Amino acid sequence: MEPVLLLAPLFAAAIAGLGQRFLGDRGAMALTTGAVGLSLALSLYTFADYVWLGGEARVIELFKFIDVGGFKSTWSVRIDTLSAIMLVVVTSVSFLVHVYSWGYMAEDPHRARFFSYLSFFTFAMLALVTANDFLQMFFGWEGVGVASYLLIGFWYDKRSANDAAIKAFVVNRVGDFGFALGIMACFFAYGSIRFDEVFASAAANPGLVFDFRIFQVPAIETIAALLFIGAMGKSAQFFLHVWLPDAMEGPTPVSALIHAATMVTAGVFMVCRCSSLYELAPYAAAFVTITGAVTALFAATVGLAQNDIKRVVAYSTCSQLGYMFFAAGVGAYGAAMFHLFTHAFFKALLFLGSGSVIHGLHHEQDMRFMGGVRGPMMFTWAMMLIGTLALTGVGIPGTQFGFAGFFSKDAIIESAFLAGESGRMFGQIAFWCAIAAAFLTSFYSWRLMFMAFEGKFRPNPDAHHDGHAHDDHAKGAHQGAHDDHHHAKPASGAAPAHESPPVMLAPLAILAAGAVFAGVIFAPYFLKDEHNFWRGAIERRHDPLHPPATAAQEPAHYAAPAAVHGAAAGDYTPAAAEAHEAEGGHHVPTWVLWAPFVVTLTGFLLALPIYFFSQTMGAAIARTFAPVNAFLSRKWYFDELYAAVFVKGARALGDLFWKGGDKKIIDGFGPDGFAWMSKFTARMMRLSQTGYVYHYSFFMLVAVAVIGAYAIWQGGAFQ
Amino acid sequence: MEAELAARLVADLAWVRPELLLVGFVLIGTLVGAWGGDRSAGVLSGGAVLVLIIAAALSFGQHPEAPLPVFNGALAIDGYGAFAKGVIGLAAAATLLLGADRFARSNARRFEFPLLVALSAIGMFVMASANDLITLYVGLELQSLAAYVLAAFRRDDARSSEAGLKYFVLGALASGLLLYGASLIYGFTGSVRFDLIAQAAPSGGIGLVFGLVFLICGLAFKLSAAPFHMWTPDVYEGAPTPVTAFFAAAPKLAAVALLARVLLGPFGELTDQWRQVIMALAAFSLVIGAFIALAQTNIKRLMAYSSIHNVGFALMALAAGGAQGASAALVYMTIYLPTTIGIFAGILAMRRDGEDVETIDDLSGLATRKPWLAMLLTALMFSVAGIPPLAGFLGKYVTITAAIGAGLWPLAVIAVVATVVSAGYYLNLIKVMWVNPPAAPLMPTGPTVALTAGAATLLVFPGLVIAFGWITQAATTAALTSFP
Repeated sequence: MEPVLLLAPLFAAAIAGLGQRFLGDRGAMALTTGAVGLSLALSLYTFADYVWLGGEARVIELFKFIDVGGFKSTWSVRIDTLSAIMLVVVTSVSFLVHVYSWGYMAEDPHRARFFSYLSFFTFAMLALVTANDFLQMFFGWEGVGVASYLLIGFWYDKRSANDAAIKAFVVNRVGDFGFALGIMACFFAYGSIRFDEVFASAAANPGLVFDFRIFQVPAIETIAALLFIGAMGKSAQFFLHVWLPDAMEGPTPVSALIHAATMVTAGVFMVCRCSSLYELAPYAAAFVTITGAVTALFAATVGLAQNDIKRVVAYSTCSQLGYMFFAAGVGAYGAAMFHLFTHAFFKALLFLGSGSVIHGLHHEQDMRFMGGVRGPMMFTWAMMLIGTLALTGVGIPGTQFGFAGFFSKDAIIESAFLAGESGRMFGQIAFWCAIAAAFLTSFYSWRLMFMAFEGKFRPNPDAHHDGHAHDDHAKGAHQGAHDDHHHAKPASGAAPAHESPPVMLAPLAILAAGAVFAGVIFAPYFLKDEHNFWRGAIERRHDPLHPPATAAQEPAHYAAPAAVHGAAAGDYTPAAAEAHEAEGGHHVPTWVLWAPFVVTLTGFLLALPIYFFSQTMGAAIARTFAPVNAFLSRKWYFDELYAAVFVKGARALGDLFWKGGDKKIIDGFGPDGFAWMSKFTARMMRLSQTGYVYHYSFFMLVAVAVIGAYAIWQGGAFQ
Repeated sequence: MEAELAARLVADLAWVRPELLLVGFVLIGTLVGAWGGDRSAGVLSGGAVLVLIIAAALSFGQHPEAPLPVFNGALAIDGYGAFAKGVIGLAAAATLLLGADRFARSNARRFEFPLLVALSAIGMFVMASANDLITLYVGLELQSLAAYVLAAFRRDDARSSEAGLKYFVLGALASGLLLYGASLIYGFTGSVRFDLIAQAAPSGGIGLVFGLVFLICGLAFKLSAAPFHMWTPDVYEGAPTPVTAFFAAAPKLAAVALLARVLLGPFGELTDQWRQVIMALAAFSLVIGAFIALAQTNIKRLMAYSSIHNVGFALMALAAGGAQGASAALVYMTIYLPTTIGIFAGILAMRRDGEDVETIDDLSGLATRKPWLAMLLTALMFSVAGIPPLAGFLGKYVTITAAIGAGLWPLAVIAVVATVVSAGYYLNLIKVMWVNPPAAPLMPTGPTVALTAGAATLLVFPGLVIAFGWITQAATTAALTSFP
């Protein structure tokens, strides 16, 4: 069953991609969607079986990959809590995106290729999450990178899409380099790359150092930090985040699947997978915390000033990933995974909803030229509203009423607070960043909602009715459904939009259900480990919010950390932990509980006058604070900085090596110089070839004389 | 006593059947030609090819256990000579075939051509099994005199006549050097027979070495080894192309075989004395052959330098000394001969308005005009440039291995560098054929040249590559029995 789950999308991708001539577009689409649907069904079964029906954590080894000199790697399917969660997330979002794309890409001439890439991505992501060792994880890691590259650049005749694809790939290389180094360091330190063995060795050997002769570094800290650099690249964390907004050049379903719900969360997944490493590496964990916190805040500030609807959502993704990371950094891996889980639903919902708006507005992505869309696109509006409520984390503190984001985000914020209280590095900073980011999130989310859906329609002055020329980005999006390309403004001020076809709306509805209910249903599992949900898949000993009640709850098969548990367990006496549980685990002051709610409400209330009641106030504020606005809308000038330092620097270095090193030195003294010298020598030598017999005979006699003299000299006659 | 002499003569004659066959053919052929004139050229050409092939086969069959001196030690029948004669016979037959075809097509067929080639072949056979200084000289001169006439074969053509005259004058000078060396050797050892010279050589002193230097210089001229190479480009260019093809192939092997025989037989004990001379000749040949060819525009001149360069490889193998070196030289030439014949067949296949194509520019876009021919030539060029897996690579491999085995690192390095340089012009030819825009159309290719070029290419790859082990073994065995 598990092999089918993993490989069905791969085979579908291969058949659809290579055989598209024979299959046709519809065949390829049906095949890939069916295969991913099959994976989804099996994933749901696996999840249900594992969580409720008593299925065991297990590793199915498919076949050997590498077995050389102690370096072993196996293709395998590892089923445990983490991978079961990820399986459901990946396959469900992927399936919905496949379905959505039937509508969104309906008129694209390369649908078979698109669906083939989507399925290939799904396979790579599944390989990543079901890995049992670092190498397979790396394989999946690179596989999703390739799929992401291919899909960002899917419209290859568009310059900006190609640039964005290359940018994503190159920036990811930086992270991947760190990841690869981390894996090598792992093997160097522990002689294995299998997760269980690495974690067991690390726990048994916490004092191991890498000796560089001049200086020494602790092995676990190094490995954890290197691995996290990989996560920073893939999950678009601060400094390596620059590719994610540009990745929005890809088709919107791709943004929803890869750049919101699944691939970008791979870094979070990896950190959680290696949670026992990070628990042994406080400084690396602190690095994770501060990076996540800064990203959460930074991305939220940039999100304020973006006008492209997809970019707003992209920065929101970046920001939410920051939340997940600092949650993991402070030890709340459960909360991190929970937020990953809920975020997948509501962020995919927001992206697909944005796609629906873009589709409905004939490929207008700029929010300044939207407005009044609610009327014609009521359903989309409702879905986006649910997504926004879930993203901003609306819910009533202290109760079980709230959208999905409420449970996961508040858990993260409270974890950060508690961790800060207990002295964990950067816990307090993370908490305050999170509060600020929550405020900003609320503000920009409502700004998006109001600018896009409310008020009067603001047509694009440059436009356009040539939607296709303006934006071939959704060249397929027009269906027969709206042949009425009337662009006369309706008197009501409503936008000349049309609702999307059902095949696009159905996925929205399903995701919306997830955005509403995923939190309330799964919170006890993720956060309080009900039903023995985690079974040791993540390290929960230092979970600030809900530490495990007793050491006995540590599953036996998770032997290694349990062995050192005795030493660490001093912080939590079983009695205290039980009392803790009895109180619902919330040891947080009331003001902390309410703080996210308050800032979210403030954000909403602030956005209300600026963007809901007024059509111009937002622009006026932006003008008044032009430098600030520019700073934010130019994304803190990161792109400019990188272009100046890295791109120009690399080009200058390349020029130096090319013109100076290669052309002048290597070519000059090497091939070109040698060739020139050869020709010169040839011409010189050729001069001796006069054609006169007496010259020739003279040469012969001179040669004889010289050789004869040499022979005599060598024979010792002159001595 | 006389009966005994007669019996020995008869027995000895049995060992020179290849030579006798050729001599008989030439005598009869002269008569036929004298009566039949140029009309008999076709028959004589066919006959000569047949006789040469038979002679080659007979030679291959001669495998005495140990070197067998015949005619009172004037000739030695041994494996090395037999191998060389076999290859010489086949190469001569092939080039004769090419030439006969060419002359027939240009209505310039003359009955002397096959006879001169056969005479020259007799000279080469004698060279390959010479066992004293007199036979050496006779063989050499027989080969050379026929060659002088062949070079001037188109006697109404100024360049051809000039080539013949230059060849003759300079050849006479070289013969003089050689004879002077021979006289010195005789003076210091008291014998002209190789086995007797070998006995006396260790006590020969400087005078003997001096004589040997002159002898080597004379042979180097025949071999067209630098710095005695200067006649080569002029003669190759001036002589009719079929004759050039003949010059480039069989006589080179005969001269290499003769040099090996002289150096390793009578002067085997003096290896340290002559090694540096041979090394110098090899290095000069390798470098000059590689460099000057870069500046050539005429294909025949280019091939002249190519042959100088390739002779450098054979000399490098000889410089390694011993049976190992001799065998490597033989293997190298065995691989080189079909390659060069194939290339000349390719050149002969290209005619434009009744004239032979001679400049490199004429090859422009050959791939468009005659794709098959271009492919064959490309394979041959790659082979002679030493690109694996073609046979030329194996030839270079054995010679360089032999040189390294004898510790001649500097020479091996020079050889490798020179090979890289030589690849420059071979690759340029390929580039001209495949990349440059096509030149004016060519006349149709005759079946003979096409067949020869095709066969040569098949020999280069995969024929000789497959047979490489066998050839190496045969050559090694032959060298070991001849130069113990």
